[in-house]
Formats: sequence, C-alpha cells, structure tokens
Amino acid sequence: MSAPSQDVATRNGVFVRALVYVLLILFAVYYLLPLYVMVVNSLKPLDEIRQGNMLALPQQWTIAPWLSAWSTAQIGVSPTGLKPYFLNSVLMVVPAVAISTVLGALNGYVLTKWRFKGDNIVFGMMLLACFIPFQIVLIPSARILGLLGLAGTVPGLVLIHAIYGLGFTTLFFRNYYEAFPTELVKAAQIDGASFFQIFRRILLPSSGPIIVVTVIWQFTNIWNDFLFGSSFSSVDSIPITVALNNLVNSSTGVKEYNVHFAGAILAALPTLIVYIVSGRYFVRGLMAGAVKG
Amino acid sequence: MSFLEIDNLEKSFGTTRILKGVTLGIEEGGFLVLVGPSGCGKSTLLNTIAGLEQITSGEIRIAGKRVNELHPSKRDIAMVFQSYALYPNMTVGENIGFGMEIRGVPKPERDKAIADVAQLLQISHLLDRKPSQLSGGQRQRVAMGRALVRKPQVFLFDEPLSNLDAKLRIDMRTEIKRLHQRMKTTIVYVTHDQIEAMTLATKIAVLKDGVLQQFGTPAEIYNNPVNMFVADFMGSPAMNLVPATIGQSGSEATVELTRAGSTPVSLALNGASNALSAYRGKEVVFGIRPEALTDPDGADRNAKHLVTTDCHIEVVEPAGSDTFAVTNLGGKGVVARLRADAHIKPGATAPLTFNLTKAVFFDPATQERIA
Repeated sequence: MSAPSQDVATRNGVFVRALVYVLLILFAVYYLLPLYVMVVNSLKPLDEIRQGNMLALPQQWTIAPWLSAWSTAQIGVSPTGLKPYFLNSVLMVVPAVAISTVLGALNGYVLTKWRFKGDNIVFGMMLLACFIPFQIVLIPSARILGLLGLAGTVPGLVLIHAIYGLGFTTLFFRNYYEAFPTELVKAAQIDGASFFQIFRRILLPSSGPIIVVTVIWQFTNIWNDFLFGSSFSSVDSIPITVALNNLVNSSTGVKEYNVHFAGAILAALPTLIVYIVSGRYFVRGLMAGAVKG
Repeated sequence: MSFLEIDNLEKSFGTTRILKGVTLGIEEGGFLVLVGPSGCGKSTLLNTIAGLEQITSGEIRIAGKRVNELHPSKRDIAMVFQSYALYPNMTVGENIGFGMEIRGVPKPERDKAIADVAQLLQISHLLDRKPSQLSGGQRQRVAMGRALVRKPQVFLFDEPLSNLDAKLRIDMRTEIKRLHQRMKTTIVYVTHDQIEAMTLATKIAVLKDGVLQQFGTPAEIYNNPVNMFVADFMGSPAMNLVPATIGQSGSEATVELTRAGSTPVSLALNGASNALSAYRGKEVVFGIRPEALTDPDGADRNAKHLVTTDCHIEVVEPAGSDTFAVTNLGGKGVVARLRADAHIKPGATAPLTFNLTKAVFFDPATQERIA
C-alpha cells in the first residue's frame, strides 16, 4: 500500500519543483532583460539601433560607443566623456564610506559597551537620520557648506554623505555589537586595554560581516546618489550620476543611444562589482545577528 | 586586619539599591565565596571589587590600600568570567599574553610566562588554537590561565563552573581547590551553588536582596545559621523547618510538633537556653537537618542529646549512599536521612532519632535565630 502512495508523492514533488524552477527562471529572465538590452545595444553602431530591433544581437560588433562614453562624449559644454566625473565619484565615495563606517562603528561601540545616561535617546535621535527625507535638509546643508567654504567641492560632498550615512552605519553597528559579549570588554579592561585598544583589538577583528554590510550599503547609496550630487556640486566636482544625466541630455542633434547605454553601464559598474565581490558576505552579515555562533 | 576589606559598601542603579551596606573581609590566602540566589547582588559585589562597577559609597581596600578610584587594571586583580570571555580572534597563547602585551612586557618574557602557566594547567598543546576549537573544560582552563599569568593579589571568579556539565564541574572544582592550595593567593568566588560554596570556601558570605545575611566559616554557616534564609539556602537536601510550639513537661522545656491524624510529638529539650525559655507557650520554627534526623542505629553516638520517637513514614527515597524518608510533622513533609540499608517501608511506622544538639530554633515572625 505504501509504495504507490509514495510514488505519487515523489511525482508530485518533482512537478512542484519543476514549476518552481520555471517560475524562477522566468522572473530571472524578466529581471535580466533590461541589462541585456543595455549591453547589446551598447555594442552596436547607432544605425542598427535606428532600425528598431532592440533585442537583436549586433550584426556589427563595436566598442566605439564605450570609448566615446568614457572619454569623448559631450557632457554639458565639454566633450570629456564620463572619465573625470567617474574619478570625482571615486574621490567622493571612498572617503565618505570610510568616514561614515568608522564613525558608525565607534558610535555602535559606545552605545552598547560604554552605556551612559540617555544613550537610548541619543541612539533614537541618530535613528531619525535614517528617516529624514533629504529634500528637507537641502537648504540648511547648502548654508552650512557655504559657511565652511566647502560649497561645490568634492570634500563638501564627502562631508554631506558621511553625515547622512551616519544614521544607518550607527544602526548597523549598534545592533551587531549589542549581541557582542560585554564580558569580553570587561576582560580587556582588566587586562589594561584602553578604550581604543579594546575597539581595535577586540571588537574590530570580530566585525568583518557587519563592516562588509555597511560598506556595501554606503557605497551603493553614495555612488547612486543624485540629489546631493546635483545640489551641491559645481562644474569640476560633478559626480557620475549627474554627469550621466548631462550626457543623455546634452543634445548635439543626434541621440546617441549606444553611447548612452554604455555610459549607464559604466556608471553602474562599481556598485555591481562591489556587490558581486562581497555579496555573499552581505547576506551572511545580515544573518549574523539572528544566528548566534 | 584583613587582606581584602569591604567596608559598608553601597551600590545603587538610579534609585534601586543593589547592595545595602555590605561589610566583610578576607585574610591573605583565604578563599571567600559569595553565595546567594539569583539577583542577590553577589555578581555586582564582585564587579565592584574588580572595579568594573563604580560604587555609590563605602570603601574597598586591598592590602590596606583604598582602591575605590583605581581602574580595574591597576587594582592588581584578575578575573575569570562565567562565559570565560576569551577573545575569539586570538589564539590561546595570545589570549593569555594579551594583558602583558598591553602592559608592554617584552616578548621573550611574555612567552616564558605563557609557557609556565600553560604547563601548570596542562594546556601547552593548545596554545596555537583558537577558542572556538576548544571544549568547554579547555576554555575554562584557558580563562584561568589568563588570570594566573598576571600573578595578582586577588583572584575573582564569577560562577566559573556554571557552564560545565555536572561531571566536569566536580573535576574543575577540585582543580580550583588544588590550585588555591598551591598558589596560596586570595580568592573571591561567586556562585549560586551552595555545595561549591561549602567545598571551596574558607569563608562564606551569604547574600540576599543586597543584604549580607551571614558571614563565617562553612561550618558556622552550616551549623549555626543566623536566620531561616541561610538555614534553608545552605545544605542539600535543605534543612527541615517545621512550625512548633515550646511547651513544658515538669520542669523540662519541650518542643511540641503536631502530626496529621496522630498525637503531637513532644521532644524534651535537655535544658533550654534563656532565649528559648522566653518563648515558652509560643510558636517557633524548629529547624533540623536531615542528617540529624535518622534511624536509631545510624544516629551520632557522640551526640549529647538524642530523642527517639515513632514516626509515620510517607515516602522512601533510596539514593544509593543514603535512604531518605519523608514523614509529616507540623503539617510539613520532613526529610530524614537514614543509612542505605535501613529497613523502612512507606506507610509503616518507624522509630526516628532526633539529634537535638544540632537543632536550631527561629522566630516565625522575624525569621531570626532564637537558639
């Protein structure tokens, strides 16, 4: 009696599994389609795109649009390509991510291991920074950057991004360190380690997963930011997102779609790479609080 | 004068008083155990000695020197934590040597100290491992090694054995005792396990709700508890605490214990103290440990005052080395401890001998000791 019913159960299992896979593959294709269109069309001459078939593979492969987007395309008034703006973005993202991550880690350390009266209120206020719509702070930020003499400069953008990232980085590190055993800190105190020695020697070496999470999060957000980039930059501090917009909107009569596609991929490339390289740590880090080692 | 002195120590968190005027001291080389139920303040007391918690008022002195304001690392103490608190990113050797590294001890000297301690604790072969690769007992040893290597004036142990399984706990208990006998360093040890307290301590401090209940040698605490809490907390099985009345028979004071469905038991007291005489005709709590209530053959022959009476046995619990029998006195189940081969059956009546030399009396209202 048991054999046939088990057989049915197995067959049902296979069917359900097949259905799940088909659905997953369909969604994956649907999700990857825009990327496919971008890549394919960035490798075609403009004529082929004008013929109308967006999904077709190039008849004549070319990397000219990529070279153009990188170094010669018209951006605003100057034919520089995206290169200088890409560098602006790198110069903005790297320090901003580093500063906000380090400060977030220190905040998390103090808020969990050096508790003081009202620490939860301080934390609550920092959390609020995660929910403030950035449009609200544009004018005060502009005023402060002006007072500091940083208006329209890359360091100004670094400052703005570091400050507005602090809410999130503090939240990440606080929640991670909340689960970190306080007895380790006490043991280190008895061993004579100072505030920063404990941080550097005991906490940081165990913080790998949450550092990866924070860096990916901050890198992606700051790299992709458009609002602050367009509000607080001047001609020579424009980040790549704004430059991409300028590229697409700088009309010299002909819309060079293939160059636009190549430029868009170039602009998205760093975040993609960061995610591909450290993505699995990202998931692991998000899980770290839930599953205790 | 004591080596470690705690003088009228107060500790409050906000308006909550955690420690309420604790005063005690331990001589050099002594083994002080702080014992009490969860939340009694014993770990807080240990943390204040370590300097991990600031105190509200009072004074802590080590070797005659006030340490209230000193940073934990300057108090010349070492601590073993309940969770062992080994640094997960360092090897065993680095864990043990971390304190010395922070103090800037040169590497050759450090390595020698680590090797010595590792040999003492038989963990030399583990020095290159990470804590995550160790068993519970090995982690325990490393944690002790980290404390030993400092050669401190006072060792602090915070429930170090509570995470180990029963067998290992007893082994490590013996090991700690052996280490103490060899090193002769002063130790303060926190536990909620009264057997650990009895076996390890030269002095026991019993705490409850932040108040020091009793401070004395294990024998004093066990035989002469000052109140019902201490009497009940120390000892396993716990002391029998039975409602009773002080009566009189002729010129002799007696203690009367009611029995369900039978006549009351009247035990003659061989000369009551003045304090107890004042309770004549009043209710008291009669305390007797299970080993002082036994079968006539098992009774202590050197005891000065034995009284034997027949009791109705309700339950018999053979425990291998002993047999425990439960009878009903004063409306409560009373545990007697009999020889393993005592012939006794549940539901029957058997003679039980009360060793009244060991009996104690408490006031039911104040719970304090009368006699």
